[in-house]
Amino acid sequence: MTTTPEKSKETAPEKSDEVTLTIDGVEVSVPKNTLVIRAAERIGVQIPRFCDHPLLAPVGACRQCLVEIPDAGNGRGMPKPQASCTITVAEGMVVNTQATSPVADKAQQGQMEFLLINHPLDCPVCDKGGECPLQNQAMSNGRGETRFTESKRLYPKPINISAQVLLDRERCVLCARCTRFSEQIAGDPFITLIERGALQQVGIYEKEPFESYFSGNTIQICPVGALTSSSYRFRSRPFDLVSTPTVAEHDACGSAIRTDHRRGKVMRRLSGDDPEVNEEWITDKDRFAFSWSTLEDRLSYPMVRDSESGELRAASWPEAFVVAARGLAAAREAGGVGVLTGGRLTAEDSYAYSKFARVALGTNDIDFRARPHSAEEAEFLAAQVVLDGPGATPVTYADLEAARSVVLVGFEPEDEAGTVFLRLRKTARGRLLPIYSIAPFTSRGLHKMSGTLIPTRPGDEAAAIEALAHDGTVALDSGGLLLVGERLAAVPGALSAVAKLAATTGARVAWIPRRAGDRGAVETGALPNLLPGGRSVADASARVDLATAWGVEHLPETPGRDGDAIVAAAAAGELGGLVVGGVDPADLSDPALARQAIEQAGFVVALEVRESEVTRAADVVFPVAPVTDRTGTFVNWEGRVRQFGKVLHNPSSLPDLRVLAGIAEELGVSLGFRTPEQVWAEMTQVGPWDGERVSMSPGFETVAGSPSSTTGSLVLASWKQSIDDGRMQDGAEDMRATARRPVVLVGAATLADLGVTVGDVVTLTGPLGSVQLPVAVGDLADGTVWAPASSPGLSVRHLVGPAGSAVTLTGGSK
Amino acid sequence: MTDVLTPVLTDNWGTERSWTLAAYEDQGGYAGLRKALELAPVDVVEVVKASNLRGRGGAGFPTGMKWGFIPQDNPNPKYLVVNADESEPGTCKDIPLMMASPHTLVEGVIISSYAIRANTAFIYVRGEVLHVVRRLQRAVQEAYLAGHLGKDIHGSGYDLDLIVHVGAGAYICGEETALLDSLEGRRGQPRLRPPFPAVAGLYASPTVINNVESIASVPSILDRGAEWFSAMGTEKSKGFGIFSLSGHVTNPGQFEAPLGITLRKLIELAGGMRDGHELKFWTPGGSSTPILTAEHLDIPLDFEGVASVGSMLGTRALQIFDETTCVVRAVLRWTEFYKHESCGKCTPCREGTWWLAQTLARLEQGNGSEADLDLLLDQCDNILGRSFCALGDGATSPISSSIAHFREEYLAHLTHGGCPFDRTASTIFPKVEAHA
Repeated sequence: MTTTPEKSKETAPEKSDEVTLTIDGVEVSVPKNTLVIRAAERIGVQIPRFCDHPLLAPVGACRQCLVEIPDAGNGRGMPKPQASCTITVAEGMVVNTQATSPVADKAQQGQMEFLLINHPLDCPVCDKGGECPLQNQAMSNGRGETRFTESKRLYPKPINISAQVLLDRERCVLCARCTRFSEQIAGDPFITLIERGALQQVGIYEKEPFESYFSGNTIQICPVGALTSSSYRFRSRPFDLVSTPTVAEHDACGSAIRTDHRRGKVMRRLSGDDPEVNEEWITDKDRFAFSWSTLEDRLSYPMVRDSESGELRAASWPEAFVVAARGLAAAREAGGVGVLTGGRLTAEDSYAYSKFARVALGTNDIDFRARPHSAEEAEFLAAQVVLDGPGATPVTYADLEAARSVVLVGFEPEDEAGTVFLRLRKTARGRLLPIYSIAPFTSRGLHKMSGTLIPTRPGDEAAAIEALAHDGTVALDSGGLLLVGERLAAVPGALSAVAKLAATTGARVAWIPRRAGDRGAVETGALPNLLPGGRSVADASARVDLATAWGVEHLPETPGRDGDAIVAAAAAGELGGLVVGGVDPADLSDPALARQAIEQAGFVVALEVRESEVTRAADVVFPVAPVTDRTGTFVNWEGRVRQFGKVLHNPSSLPDLRVLAGIAEELGVSLGFRTPEQVWAEMTQVGPWDGERVSMSPGFETVAGSPSSTTGSLVLASWKQSIDDGRMQDGAEDMRATARRPVVLVGAATLADLGVTVGDVVTLTGPLGSVQLPVAVGDLADGTVWAPASSPGLSVRHLVGPAGSAVTLTGGSK
Repeated sequence: MTDVLTPVLTDNWGTERSWTLAAYEDQGGYAGLRKALELAPVDVVEVVKASNLRGRGGAGFPTGMKWGFIPQDNPNPKYLVVNADESEPGTCKDIPLMMASPHTLVEGVIISSYAIRANTAFIYVRGEVLHVVRRLQRAVQEAYLAGHLGKDIHGSGYDLDLIVHVGAGAYICGEETALLDSLEGRRGQPRLRPPFPAVAGLYASPTVINNVESIASVPSILDRGAEWFSAMGTEKSKGFGIFSLSGHVTNPGQFEAPLGITLRKLIELAGGMRDGHELKFWTPGGSSTPILTAEHLDIPLDFEGVASVGSMLGTRALQIFDETTCVVRAVLRWTEFYKHESCGKCTPCREGTWWLAQTLARLEQGNGSEADLDLLLDQCDNILGRSFCALGDGATSPISSSIAHFREEYLAHLTHGGCPFDRTASTIFPKVEAHA
């Protein structure tokens, strides 16, 4: 049975779905169920409004948008002015707005006057002054002088509704946008209106603090200056800011944002308006975590290791290029050079690393996966992800809304891809999209999406995926989507099972990594088995095609080492050198071995924004430009190209690709570009591979389950939460204060076995050591515990061990 | 006098322990229920339609027609909700009724629920009236024990559970959709309509919300017939109603009479104005109905008659004020009530009442000018018909009507430098020295 997805109906309205009405004497046709306030926008009439927001359900609270309706479409007029934000159009309806109706105009002026009686006239010191809907609409639809001479409502100011969000209650016009956003969009109804009458106010509940990953959106949609962020409050005036459309660098969503700077300093970031991607919402990370690149440990000049003192010293750019080239040339001869790149890179940078490895270093030893990974994953990326997989029908945000069912596999959208989460939640709320999650427990995010858990212990995911082929409830078919997280790479056989399930059921696959640069790195070949444009290293014709495009004689033929193998080879002294960009050794599969590899490698070149473990150990350190200082492109999980502009003019801040070009020139190789624009032009010219695609080799089998099934101890399920100790959140300490408190989650049986109660502190011990955390209870399977891989100040990943580790729990430190 | 009054709802209030099931049944109680259960539900609706009973909560919407709006093909459960959140200044009919004869209401609930095929009914009663709540709860318990409620009522196969829900004392919860929100456990604020409660009310299911007196009138209609009921009253306002006289009359109280009776007659029944005083102004149906004056003594108190002089019959809460009363002060008190009770959802009611109260307070103290009266009227114009629910409209009624009738008295405050009235003279028991 096939049914037409609802979305396609919406996008192609039938003629009968159009309704024709007359607004201010102008006839206009709009889709049925359109609100009058939006129909008026079609003819260029902006009806003033506060509570109305196109992405929130109508409420009709502020009464600012009153219009006169002399004919409701049935020949009868409405006796009273109507709120145009709650009334839908009708055939033949006649609407007169403030533009033509004295009644509507007076009604609107009256509401505006009411709103202003209790609103302080502190616009000159208010953060919203200059970009304030109340201020603007008071000018356009209000009276110049107030008739109110009595006493305004006053409050002590401001109050924190979270560490990040502040509330000036006397400015609030009680439109309830913030509370409705929190309830309807984020699913975190931790703020609500309390009290009544003019003393009504936005309130919090002390036991459920306003700790939402999306709280900053309330500030942006506040139509007055009632909500401000602790990071921007009193910092700037809107008219002093210069705005640049940019793209968020914190996850793979590709969310459109707007970066506002003043005199060389980024002051704040706002959500952009991109209906196809993030609509008007971004995560708090996207909004508040931007000062990481301007902290004191920002690198601003190249450094080389002094041969006599053994210390890093400042160097000129030419010297650093020469030293790096000389060292790499020697290392190339002494076993070769491995290239490790990380998730912060733009597509242009990844392309540059990819080309640099092949052309300048003569190797395929390059891997962007600065996290646990596998050869199986590399094949999966080559077969299923690059160039949007077989058949090239990329899954998009719109597909999330049109899907018949969605299965999340090793993927926690709320933590890993906030925009994907919001879109899934919107669809789940709107038309009851069935969402299933192969996961160890029902997370808060899954609960908010009304999703169904397919309880799976870490390590058992492959079996759970295979079982879906015959699951009559989930009933996957071509309307189904499999959203795969990067965590699955650590589970042998799981990605093969996904590919097989997609092939047998017709369900489509989307791979949603955590980091902004990951998809771009796949497309540009920052992998040991892939060249740019989806060309397989193993495919001679693809190699020839690329070599021709690059104007080189030949490209290295043997598939390279992957990240783990590069680390192992370097640690064993087999590699002559490493080029490392954007990698934190602590994130890799074996952090200790990674540190050892950097120590052992004969020659290490580091390209980094800020000082790091790698730069401290490197032989040559190049400072590179953060996203604010350059143009560039992220490719989001959809494969959508998201180009962003340069915010700050900082001539000494060079992108990775320019540094690599400089080193290459000293090596006697021209990469053929020096700017992101040149790289983009070359990427376009090289283009995608149009030849035969590789498919996954059949050899990846599920290996014997999780540790618990063999050892009898507990197995650790774990992933990074949205707000954690990540370096790109450094400097956003108020945001970090809203992070979820780390807990160890156990099932009820485990809790009983431990003899502790919820909230008690327990000790979690794994291969790397122990931490003490409060315990909480969830619907985890026996033998499973969950703890956040990282949280501010306490990283289970580093202190206990990675997900999948065998761990023990002991109770009772009182 | 007795030929004027038509005690039906109030008939048993004087009997010994009238609130008990035994006393109620001694007087023929639950006869209407037995008759109703012999009819098909749709026929019960027809009887009520034929009686022309109109809602007694103020708006006067035909009760039977409201029941007919319930979509019986909707798969969701149907609910009957009784609005017993009586809390408007002056209105005091439902609470005495539930106090004196809770079984009249309970019987009405059972018949009405049967008619709309609801298996669960709620009485949402104002929280402050604890004694009434206890009597209602006991009456419900007695009804269960007697088989009037519960499973298979009197062998009819019809099941009904009745829940007495106690509100927390907010005027807004008398607004029917706010009441539903409150009943669902949310903060009581009015809902957007559509959807209307008949389609998606309580728990998004078809719901009938009726006033206590409307539901309490149903048993007698079933017992004595629609014709008996519609023989009373006037052409478009049939039947009887409780008229609550309060204020400056000799014997304030409840007077049950056919709709269409005049205030002149009611004051006569109440023993006249208090000694030596004359009528100055009055509300026909609670504080949110525009005030009337002595010139309106002979208008028939039915929906049409009161509307014809620019007011509303409302809840027939007749607050009677004599010439000792300062109309500005009375209006200020009412306005302070509306300011205190505004739920805060919509701008005009929330901000408007805040402003109106301050402007009135200023005028009462003699500060201001005649232009402030126009300002008050303009504020009212910006609230009336602009607010989210009707309660905002109600806040403007006393102000605009009092300025229409007593503009000179407002101005007297300004020329007098404050209120020209002796405040104690208007109290029910003025101190003797206050006359000095």
